[in-house]
This record gives sequence, structure tokens and C-alpha cells, in this order.
Amino acid sequence: MSLDTVKNAEQTPDAAQPWAELGLKEDEYARIREILGRRPTGAELAMYSVMWSEHCSYKSSKVHLKQFGEKAPASDAMLVGIGENAGVVDVGQGYAVTFKVESHNHPSYIEPYQGAATGIGGIVRDILAMGARPVAVMDPLRFGAADHPDTRRVLPGIVAGIGGYGNCLGLPNIGGEVVFDSCYQGNPLVNALCVGVMKHEDIHLAQASGAGNKVILYGARTGGDGIGGVSVLASETFDATGPAKRPAVQVGDPFQEKLLIECTLEIFAEKLVLGIQDLGGAGLSCATSELASAGSGGMRVELDTVPLRDSSLSPEEILMSESQERMCAIVEPGKVDRFLEICEKWDVIATVIGEVTEGERLEIFWHGEQVVDVPPRTVAHDGPVYNRPYARPSWQDALQADAPTAERLLRPATGEALKEALLQVAGSPNQASKAWITDQYDRYVIGNTVLATPEDSGMVRIDEETNLGVSVATDGNGRYAKLDPYAGAQLALAEAYRNVAAGGAKPLAVSDCLNFGSPEDPDVMWQFAEATRGLADACLVLGTPVTGGNVSLYNQTGDVAIHPTPVVAVLGVIDDVTRRTPIGFAEEGQHLYLLGDTADELGGSAWSQVVHGHLGGLPPKVDLERERLLGEILIAASRDGMIDAAHDLSDGGLAQALVESCLKGGNGARIVVPAELDPFVFLFSESAGRAVVSVPRSEELRFNDMCGARGLPATRIGVVDGDVLEVQGQFTVSLAELKDAHTGVIEALLA
Amino acid sequence: MTTRVGVVTFPGSLDDRDAQRAVRLAGAEPVALWHRDKDLHQVDAVVLPGGFSYGDYLRCGAISRFSPVMDTIIEQAKLGMPVLGICNGFQVLCESHLLPGALTRNDSLHFICRDQKLRIENANTAWTRDYSAGQEIVVPLKNGEGRFVADQHVLDELEAEGRVVARYLDLNPNGSYRDIAGITNAAGNVVGLMPHPEHAVEPLTGPTTEGLGFFTSVLKQLVNA
Repeated sequence: MSLDTVKNAEQTPDAAQPWAELGLKEDEYARIREILGRRPTGAELAMYSVMWSEHCSYKSSKVHLKQFGEKAPASDAMLVGIGENAGVVDVGQGYAVTFKVESHNHPSYIEPYQGAATGIGGIVRDILAMGARPVAVMDPLRFGAADHPDTRRVLPGIVAGIGGYGNCLGLPNIGGEVVFDSCYQGNPLVNALCVGVMKHEDIHLAQASGAGNKVILYGARTGGDGIGGVSVLASETFDATGPAKRPAVQVGDPFQEKLLIECTLEIFAEKLVLGIQDLGGAGLSCATSELASAGSGGMRVELDTVPLRDSSLSPEEILMSESQERMCAIVEPGKVDRFLEICEKWDVIATVIGEVTEGERLEIFWHGEQVVDVPPRTVAHDGPVYNRPYARPSWQDALQADAPTAERLLRPATGEALKEALLQVAGSPNQASKAWITDQYDRYVIGNTVLATPEDSGMVRIDEETNLGVSVATDGNGRYAKLDPYAGAQLALAEAYRNVAAGGAKPLAVSDCLNFGSPEDPDVMWQFAEATRGLADACLVLGTPVTGGNVSLYNQTGDVAIHPTPVVAVLGVIDDVTRRTPIGFAEEGQHLYLLGDTADELGGSAWSQVVHGHLGGLPPKVDLERERLLGEILIAASRDGMIDAAHDLSDGGLAQALVESCLKGGNGARIVVPAELDPFVFLFSESAGRAVVSVPRSEELRFNDMCGARGLPATRIGVVDGDVLEVQGQFTVSLAELKDAHTGVIEALLA
Repeated sequence: MTTRVGVVTFPGSLDDRDAQRAVRLAGAEPVALWHRDKDLHQVDAVVLPGGFSYGDYLRCGAISRFSPVMDTIIEQAKLGMPVLGICNGFQVLCESHLLPGALTRNDSLHFICRDQKLRIENANTAWTRDYSAGQEIVVPLKNGEGRFVADQHVLDELEAEGRVVARYLDLNPNGSYRDIAGITNAAGNVVGLMPHPEHAVEPLTGPTTEGLGFFTSVLKQLVNA
């Protein structure tokens, strides 16, 4: 095959090009020709195809995502907002924290181990590229039915990939979620979150400026893996009859990434870079066009200087390769030698591949011949924008009308039946202990982990002198979002916010990973529009701006889409991590209080799923002002030592929270059903804005006074005591029996 | 004079800063040692930390064993300098033949991270003098290749000479022969341990503070020497 140079493209305007195979639509190809005033070269076509893919360009979601900026609450904490590799938040004492959650769904289904592993690798490099030391990771996961044979292929591979990569990288895995639902059977969701810490002055941005400055590519050699990962894989619906897409999955090397982290941090410490970008989706196409587009001036790259793993790769393939563990930095000529020296120290390959130029073009050469000559902005930012049609699905009303009323779904009426339901829910795959999974992740490395799974949030200390810390929780209930995507997205935010507050940290900011089906389906697009609108509205009320995130569309096989699954991560700050509140009931004799109001709300509940296999009605009512008040009470009580344990109530309601807190603390509890509540509703309702707390006797007066003065309902429901969970007048269940039901479930399913 | 305890960083070491913290909390001065540097910078003892040096490629510890710094450490260890290898460090010590046996893939085939109960069997080594024989402690354990194996006669010899330093209690997490969690050389100055005492030195971040004894032990050993 001869080289398709710019000159050649000018001379052969009618040569056939594989734009459709690369995932471009006819009008998109026409637009590229219009921009360039000629047909693109093969290399240019490769760049546009990956950068204009749904995954990179957000072409279907952009019009909705802009609400996150338009409705962003005023926040003093935001240092860097949406648009960079990750948002940056001020947490005080001169520290800044960056965090982001991203998807790696499609690759993880095709090749579970590598898909999940490189998901971690990618998000960690995003955080590193901001100038931060990565300090923790988390993984929100969704799988098909727990007892489906394919789950046995997908889950162990994904878990091993997350552990294999994250453990070797030396980042504690401090939380996340594991949810099973048959809607994810052909489309498991593998989201990955990373948190990083830096000083304010260390913030770095992805931009290339200053003619003559050098472009350095460093890290792993470039291979043929991951070509078309973002365009062919992540931006299309799975099709049972199509060709194998396994070669589009990247292969990770966590050891190389660990070296890249230490090497990059040393380079930052010596202030050797002007701009930096990691190579993730769309590889060099993305890094060069985004760096050039965000800076002033152009860029010239000698593509044949890129170190290769496979010498037969063509320029097109090098531009599209998503080989992992690579970074691209802009460095002043006088600092290049020192830069290369540090890379050598860490055994990291580094190569000057080009420089920033006076012009406004991104020019790429292959052995002296020009193969790319484009305005970088048209590649990186001027991709197509679609106003996809959307409409409320015809089935939505019927779904909402199918409420889980007492008439429709048989409710447990006796103490024995309540106990049976409690054990059934606590032992169901979604509510059972996830220890078999999370014990495969290192939660101790770095020595700053204060809270980790199964706590409500993951918390790490960031300063050993002052005990300043941050915490993160991720939540997202696809069942709620299916019933009402607007409320579902808000409930995801509310739960993550509540989880952070329950640990004692003040919620500051949000990152989101929006997992949906095909945007070409108006039903799905409506779900997406509603969820983004709900999330943006709720962030405004709670004062927590969205700092960044990711959209994953086309999570569907054939016509069947996943439940709309907005996963929301909330970041919080805590001035003194020694004041954190764990979930376990550790002190006998302490009184238990239920905070918030409980109503008959079982739509989308764990009980309705586990006991009846039912999904219908409306999700719990959202009251964001209540969430904020509850959060303030939990934070104040934690800071002032008024509570020793706190657990948010969510799926499985109070029953599930009691099971978890008793088992974690190794103590039982005696519970009294409040007179005004039906025992079943008391135990299994999933009303939002609630938590259960354990209050030392000496603090009871002060705690009650605070709740009373602030108008938060606080009902004393019992006492921490003994080795049984007793709901008085209803049933008694021993901790041994609870443990038996709650543990060993996942491993038994996979055995 | 403050006691100086070196902590080696190999490419892929992960718990090096944790080991430094533990050394500091024990009252000694941590000194960072670099794998390419033969010079031990006048340290009195050395910790080989946990992690995945060289990505565990080839065999865990097999490449690190040939680092320039290891030449000096092997030499000094033979002259009596206290050396503690934790997890990957244990693997490096076995590959260096400072300790017998080998660490292989966990019998579960999974990486495992848990709070592990141990019994200190030998409280006479450089690293365990602050414990009493038979003392039970809980420290984190996290490994994928932590299964200690050796020939029967080697195991018998280790037992007979009292060179088993710590044993797993309640549950053997990785299938180690005879529940062995840690061993020492004949002189008692080189100790290899699969669990992580450096992660049990603060009540805030560890399950207990019962790991600190390894680091205070070596201080006492050096001060009394």
C-alpha cells in the first residue's frame, strides 16, 4: 500500500475511502471534505473518525450536558471545571483534589480482564495529567443476572482485571458498587473512578503553547492494540452477528503505569512541563489535536519517530492505536535534557516527536512526507453535534401505574414472614456482602485509608500532620431511573451525598458516568435528557457542581437497552479524619435513632425485586432540602462526637442497614417499631433522606436538641445490645443467622 | 544517634512509603534506598517493602534480586545486618537465597486482602524481640503469590531450629505449608514475612497497631548491639 500523502489526496480527489467502516456517517465525511477543501488523507480520516466518534465527541449528549455548566451552583471550591482531563476542587490547606468517574463498558464485555484493567489505567492517567498524585480508586460495577452462566465468565474476569491492575499500581480500592440485574446481561457496566491530590500550584493543563517547545511522547511503545476502540467499539450497539471486536480492546501493563506515575510526578516536582495530556481513547490523534487545539499556535509531529512495538504499523494505525501507559508533554527546549534524564531513571522510554509551531495547523509527517495538515480544533472540538429526537416512551405510564401496592404484591404480615423477607433480601446477590470481590483488591496500600468498603463512603487521609481527608461515594440505582429518569438521577446524587455525609465529610463536588442505551432510540434519548436535567437541577440545589465525567451510550444489544444508569460520584472533605463515622454498631448500650421520615415507598425497591421480581410504580420521593439538612446534622454530629455510627438507608431500607451495621460492629440490636408505622413499611421502605445513627448516652440530650432545633425528625428506635437482632413483637434473628445469610452468596453463585 | 533504617525502592515497589512511615513511628530515621545505588548510606538495617517489583514479571522478586543495591544487602546481611522482607520483599529474600523456600500462587488462585491473625513463634529474631513467643497479633495480609513452599526436610529443619517466625491462625489464607507466614535465617537477622506489619501501626488506618513491634524490635536490637 502506498503512502497517502496530502499531495496525493489533492491529486486523487475521487479515491474511495473507508469512512463507513471507520464509523463515520456520510454527512460527517462530507463535512470533513468541506473543512479541508479536499478529500482527507488516510491518516486524517483515521483521526477524524476516532475524534468524531460518539465516545470522544459527545455528539449526541453535548446539547444536554451543557446544563451542567449553565445550572452549575456558585462554588468557591471549583478550581478547574468541565472540559479538562478532570475537574479540580479546593479542599483547603493549600490542597486541591481531582476526581473523575469513567466507563469502560464495551471493552470489558468483549475481554473482561483487559477491559476492566485498562479502565483503571485510563482514569488514573487522567488524574495524573492534572498534576495530581493518584491516591485511591473505586469501581461501580453492573452485571447481568447473578445466576446467568455468562456472569460467571464476565464477573471473575472483570474483578481480576481491576485487582490485577490496581493492586500492581499501588492504589487502594476503597469502594464502589456491585449490582446484578438481567438488563445488564449483554452490557455489563464497568465504571472506574480515581481520586488524586496536589497542591494548588501544581495544577497542570492540556495545552501546547510557545513555538519551538518540544512535544515529548513517553511511556510504553505504541502497538496495534485498541485500534478503533472508541469508534468501532464504544460507539455502536453490539450485534450478535458482527465480526469479532476483540482486537479493539487494549492490553494493559500496570507495572509500566506505576513507573509512569512516579516518573511524571518527579517531572512535575521539577516544573519541567508546560502542558500535558494522557493518551487514552483515540490515542495520539486525541493527544496531539487536543494539545494543539487548546494552546496557541500549531504543532508539527514526525510520526516515524514514535517508538513502536510492531514495526509494520502504518501511520493511520499509529494515530488510532490506543496502546496504554503513554503520556504526551510539552516541554521547553532547555528542559528537555532533564526531562529525558528523569524518564531514564525510571526506565521509561521518552522521545521528542515534534514541536509547537508558529502556524495554526496540526501537521504530521511520515519519513519526511506530509500525511496530515488540519486545523486541530476541527478534529478535537468541532465535531458534529446532534439534536437527537426524543420522546417519553409509550410504556412509561403503564410502568409507573404498576405500583407495588399491598393489593398487588403480597406483603409479609407476620413476624415470621418479616424475618423471612429480611433474610431473603440480606442474602440476595445485590444486598449480600461483596467481600469475595472487594477482598481481591488492596485497600491498605499507601497507608492512608480511613474508610473502605463496606463503609458508606471511601475515605483517605491526605495530610498526616493535620489529618485533612477526603471521601468519595458512588451510587446509581438503574431501577429507580427506569421508573423515572429525572428522579432516578436525583436519587443517585442524593444517595452519594448522604453516604459522604454519613462518614462525616462535607460534600463538595460531583463527577458522573452516564450509562445509557442507543441515542438513536428516542426512548433512550428521553431517558438521557430527563436524567441530565434531573441531575443538573439537583446539583444546583445541593450546591455541588459537576466537575466532569463521562457518557457511555450504545449500552444495548439489539433493541434491548440497559436500565438508564446514571452513576454519580460525590467528593467530600473532612478537616479531621479521626472524627469519621463508621457504619458498625460497635458500642453496646448506645441508642439507635432513625433520622428522617418513612413513607410507604416500595417502587423499585430491593424487596419488590428480590421477593416478587417486580419493577413498577414510582421511585421514592426526592426532597433535596431534606437531604441537605440530614447531611448537615450528620456532619455536625460526627465532628462534635455526638454519634459513634451512622449508616444511610437506601436499597433494602432500614432492615438492610441494621443487618450491615450489626454485622460490621459485631453487636446485635433491639428495635421497637414506632406506633405510627406499619412494621413492614418501617423495615423495607426505601424513603430517601434517612439514616440510622448510634448515639452515646452522654450525647443524647445534645443530639436530640440539635435535631429538634433544626427540624429533622429523629425517632429513637432501639438500642445496641447482645448478639441478636430483635424487632420487638415481631421476630428475633441471631447474628450468626444473619451472617450466614449475608455472606458467601457471591462465591456460591460463581462456584 | 538516631538509628537509620533503609527502605529500598525497586521499580514497582508499592509499600515503600508505608514502611518508611512505620520506621518513623517506631522512632528511627527512615532512609530511602534506590535499587540502582549500591551504597547503603550508612543505614543500620534494611526493609525490603511490599509491591510488585518489576511487575512480578518472570517470577516475583526474580529480577529485583539482581539489582545493584541487593549485592550490598546480601553481603551485609551475611555479616549480620538486620534485613526484613515484607511480602514482595520476602520473595526477593528467597530469590536471593538469604532465606530458603519459595512463595507461589495462592491456592485460591485469587489475590487476597484481609485482616489476618498470626502467632509469633520466634521472639528472638532482630525483628521480633518486642513480641513474646506465642503472642497473637492481627495485621493486614495482601498477596497473590504468598503460598510458602519448601521441601519437607527444609520445613523440618526450619521447625527444628525454631526458624518459623510467624504462623497463620484461624485460617490459612494462601495454602502456605505448615501455615508458615514468616521465617528467619539461622542467625536471626534476616526475616521474611508475607503479611504487612507496616499497615498495622496506626489505629486510624490499620486494623490494630500490633505490627509496630517489628520496627521497634530492630531498634532495640541495634541499640543493645
